[in-house]
Amino acid sequence: MDKRTSLAEAVAELRDGMTVGIGGWGSRRKPMALVREILRSGVRDLTVVSYGGPDVGLLCAADKVRRLVYGFVSLDSIPLEPMFRTARQAGRIEARELDEGMLQWGLYAAALRLPFLPTRAGLGTDVLPINPELRTVRSPYDDGEELVAMPALHLDVAFVHMNRADARGNAQFLGPDPYFDDLFCMAARRRFLSCEKIVETSDLRKAGSFHTLRIHRGLVDGVIEAPGGAHFTECPPDYPRDEAFQREYAAAARDPAAWSAFRARYLDLASEEEYRRAVRERSAAR
Amino acid sequence: MSGATRAEVCAVAVAELFRGDGEVLASSFGTVPALGARLAKASFEPDLMMTDGVACLVDGLQPLSGAAEGEPVVEGWLPFRQVFDLLWSGRRHVVMIASQIDRYGNHNFACIGEHARPRAQLLGMRGAPGNTIHHTTSYWVPEHGPRVFVEKVDVVSGVGYDRARQLGAAGRFHEIRGVVSNLGVFDFKTPDRRMRLASRHPGVEVEQVVAATGFELEIGPDVPETRAPTADELRLIRERIDPEGLREREVKG
Repeated sequence: MDKRTSLAEAVAELRDGMTVGIGGWGSRRKPMALVREILRSGVRDLTVVSYGGPDVGLLCAADKVRRLVYGFVSLDSIPLEPMFRTARQAGRIEARELDEGMLQWGLYAAALRLPFLPTRAGLGTDVLPINPELRTVRSPYDDGEELVAMPALHLDVAFVHMNRADARGNAQFLGPDPYFDDLFCMAARRRFLSCEKIVETSDLRKAGSFHTLRIHRGLVDGVIEAPGGAHFTECPPDYPRDEAFQREYAAAARDPAAWSAFRARYLDLASEEEYRRAVRERSAAR
Repeated sequence: MSGATRAEVCAVAVAELFRGDGEVLASSFGTVPALGARLAKASFEPDLMMTDGVACLVDGLQPLSGAAEGEPVVEGWLPFRQVFDLLWSGRRHVVMIASQIDRYGNHNFACIGEHARPRAQLLGMRGAPGNTIHHTTSYWVPEHGPRVFVEKVDVVSGVGYDRARQLGAAGRFHEIRGVVSNLGVFDFKTPDRRMRLASRHPGVEVEQVVAATGFELEIGPDVPETRAPTADELRLIRERIDPEGLREREVKG
């Protein structure tokens, strides 16, 4: 089955109030082209589940987020995400803040169709009071230990970005870390995968060993070829993080006038092609 | 050995936190902790495991700036998923930065103020809840003051001894090895596990530490000085691990 589709068609499946999982980690291999497409859409009141980076910052800045399920939101080389901070400090989002490992556990529970998975992470901390829906569970065995019952994090839609994929959704990471992208796909009802390049299935092994084929076609509903689709986050070995662009984003986030200019230049655009052109023009001007 | 800077004394104090750890993953945040962990590995704890900060386990001496010694040897792969597995299994000792810490070692770097609408959003919970309940943790405070060493942390991201005790069996892997600040070294070797001033750095008076701490520290009758770096340690620090002197930007004096 040919699952090739477009950014717009993928994002058109979103409805107000849905739960959206976003792959990658911090400012690393984020499905930014899909995030930019969400910014262009009218959808709102999303619950976003993410190992957060500028995906979260941009969605918060555009007021798309009602609730955020996360362990952190960071730009890596800039530790604190400015737009996320602004939204939190204004009380504009419901923060479902978890330990990083609990987030993985919630995705894994959803992936395996389990109601919860037990963990010690969170015990004794304010993770429990700030997430009032969390419950504990007592081990039925002789130890009787009381543990956090991390509930399954079911996603309506998952968006991830990989280095290569074929038209059916077999996908490959070529960088150092697969992150949790396969779990995001497994936890979701609808799964959309953007990639740097769509290749023939038989060519996947030319770029890397079979260990890099992290996502198989059974986990994917739509494939989008989006070169530069993780920009300005990193997508090694295809490209590193665009640190200069990220600094420009972070600086603009601190000043309303600069933010308006940034939006006009890079975000209030009709398409990903126009974004790519704006980024190229920016590089050429330097 | 005299002539060591405060930052170098702090680095050795951090290295000492890892003494006896053997074959565990040594993780560190901040310049001085990174220097201290690498110093421990390069001297008295050669079996410590470390990452390149991305997804590889690397052996050999890793300079802070990455330039001087050539490529470290990759000895393993440790993507985030395996990091979580490893830390829940307990084979790790992390040094985290504390934005706030209280007398029992409850830690906060998530946010300042009410969690629902913080005055200052910081890092978030990150891995602190899982780290502190599963393996040895220590803390680094580059600027010791009463806004960091507080009576009560605004949000608990890392578990302290009073809370760990209440957890019973689930708290059995909890250990806060120590806290190193720019003024001294602190531990919890007291009957009720309150923070104790274990040593003051050379040139620091006990009164200075007391004035900079927002709660009552346990203080013995004779507080020793933090040990000075040896000549070999200073050579490792200055010539091999941090030849660019990044440590002096984090701690002055």
